[in-house]
Parts: sequence; C-alpha cells; structure tokens
Amino acid sequence: MMRDQKLWTWHLAAGVIILLLLGLHMAIMHLDALLGIFIPAGGHSIDWGNVAARSQSLFFGVTYVLLLGTALFHGFYGLRNILFELNPAPPLQRSLSWVLIVVGLGLFVLGTWAAWTSFQNTNLV
Amino acid sequence: MSDTRIPDKIIFRIRRYAPGRDGNPTWGEYPVAYESGMTVLDGLWQIKERVDPTLAWRASCRMGICGSCGMFINGRPQLGCNTQISELGSTVVTVAPLPNFPIIRDLVPDLRSMFDAHTALSPYIVREQDEEQVRPTAEYYQSAKEMERYLQFSYCIKCACCVAACPTCATDPRYSGPMALTQAHRYNTDTRDDGFENRLETLSGEAGPWRCHFAGECSRVCPKGVDPGKAIQLMKREMVLDLVGLRKQTTPATPVEKPEGIERRPGIPAAPPPTV
Repeated sequence: MMRDQKLWTWHLAAGVIILLLLGLHMAIMHLDALLGIFIPAGGHSIDWGNVAARSQSLFFGVTYVLLLGTALFHGFYGLRNILFELNPAPPLQRSLSWVLIVVGLGLFVLGTWAAWTSFQNTNLV
Repeated sequence: MSDTRIPDKIIFRIRRYAPGRDGNPTWGEYPVAYESGMTVLDGLWQIKERVDPTLAWRASCRMGICGSCGMFINGRPQLGCNTQISELGSTVVTVAPLPNFPIIRDLVPDLRSMFDAHTALSPYIVREQDEEQVRPTAEYYQSAKEMERYLQFSYCIKCACCVAACPTCATDPRYSGPMALTQAHRYNTDTRDDGFENRLETLSGEAGPWRCHFAGECSRVCPKGVDPGKAIQLMKREMVLDLVGLRKQTTPATPVEKPEGIERRPGIPAAPPPTV
C-alpha cells in the first residue's frame, strides 16, 4: 500500500482540482443568466441542446473524467480515514482499502465510459 | 486559613487498581483537610501520609517542570502539582490515571509506548558528520529568528497529557502521538539538525502525522503552553512540500569561528572542559 505521505498529498491536490472544477460547474449551472457561458443552444444551461453540446466538447469530456477521478479519490480516501477511526484490525483495514480501490476504479470506469459514449455519439444533438 | 469558597473538608475520589491483584479498577473516597493554596498533588500526599500509604502515583519536582505527575483530574489530563484545588470549581476531586496507557498501579501509567515512539523519531540533533558533536570545538550558529521556529516546542516536558487527550492515540496504536511528533518537528525545524530524511522513513507512514484530524485537545491540555496540534499541521505541510520538491532546503548550521584578538575579561573564569 502506498505511503500515507503520498496519499495525503494527492488528497490535497485532488481537493484543489475539485474546488476549481466544481466552481466552474457551479458557474455554468447556476450563473447562466449572469455569465451566459457554455450555453451554445441558448436558453438555460440545463436545456438538452446545451447539455449535449457540452458532452461533445473535448474540454468538457476531459474535465468530466478529471472531476470524476479526483472526486472519487478524494471521497474514498476520506471515507477510508473515517472508517480507520473506528480502529478495525489490520487485516480488516487492508480488506477495506482494497474494497474501496476496487469500487472506486469500477465507478471511474463506468463514469469514463458514460463520458466517452456521449462524447463520440454524434446523434445526441 | 481556608479559602472562603471551599469547605475545610473536600473529597478525593481516586481510582485504585493493581493489575494482577484486582479484578477491576475500583474507586476509593478519601476526605482531605483543605488548606488554601493546596494542589491536587498536596492532597494525594496527605492521603498517603495519613490515610492509605499504599496509594501509588508518580511525582518528583512539585513545580511543573519534571512532567512526572500527569493525571486525569476531574476529566482532564493535567499535572497534579500544577493544579490548584480551588481552580477545579468542585469540592470533589476525581483523580484517575492518564487514559490511553496501560496502568502499572493506581495512578501510575505505563508510558513506554509514548517513549518508544519518541525514541523512534531520533529526538536529538542528527548530523551526517558527527565529529563536531562528539568533540565540539565551537558552537553552531543559529539566529534568534531561526530559534523561534522551534522554541515553543522545546518547552515540552514529556508529561503525556497530550497523548492522554488525543482521540487518535485512543484508537490507533501505530500513531506516534502528539508528543513524539511535536519533538520530531522541533528537531526537523532546528537549523543545526540534518535528520529530516532519517525521520521521514517513520513519518511518511502510519506512525506519521496523517491520522491527526486536528481535534486540538493536545494543545488545550498542555500544561506548558506548547501547541502540538500546530506542530503536527506544520509537519504535514513540510512533508507535502518535500514530496513535491518545494521544501526549502537549508544547509545545516556550521560551527562559528571563535573571535580572534579578544581577551577574557578579568574575573570571568574559563569554561569548564567538555564532559562528553
């Protein structure tokens, strides 16, 4: 298992990335009337035409996957820390770590597949 | 002359336990004649001298310097000698051994786990070339500003109150604890020290500062005003910066050349020869 120093550093870095990407998400979703960014089809940011257009943009495809990966790592590492506060025995700690890694990777693959599918599906718009 | 707010007699509730003899800890109640200015340690001495000579605890200096008499007094880890009964706000003084340690007897905790963690982190000046330490020829240079980086952490008296208050120490035996981590940080930030890499092996793993979630109880209970919570957060920052290559590398301080052409003033004796 990786040393805690590296995991903690990545945890911090993931937090910073989440802050930036989530800030962007909030700005697009909730300040559309004010900023009007990333709404090529006009109207509201959650209108289907805008959602589909963003899904087919390379920038959004990459940032979706980046946000997914960082959020999963940040959340699952935090969950691992909380679970370890309950002081499970070392074998159970190892098992918990592996369960979180497998579930996290599974969710990451699923989310990446969803982003890729919508990115390369030209029938969306 | 008694304190007007406190009756002449107060009650000490003391947890009694002799592992191997007693099945479970029990509580003993002892009336103590209160006198103004009395500390919890004074009360324990009175009980030992007048009521029960078998009562066991650790104490030495009686002035908050040696760190021997750490106890769990009215639900808070503190020094028995440094705690005035009048400040407790109660006529019942409840005394138990420090939590998070095995009990040797009555109020005597077994502190070996804390000192093992302390020793594992090389709590002393580490130099690659230690000839100067073995046979010193001069003093290492250090500015006042450099000293201030670690000065408050050097006030630690190893009383174990911080470890007793730490929720992480209560659940994780691999965690080094606030005392040992604070001392590791104290030496990591000392410009005379060159042992950061040595300590990193231990600190980067499960024994390191990563499980601290900053409850801050260690800083709240420290009888010397040391802030272990701060030291641990600063240590985390140093180690993260080290991992990403942004830690400020400092060359270990070098011995200062003795000034030339200066005579000792009359009446000032020469320094004694080195004893090491």
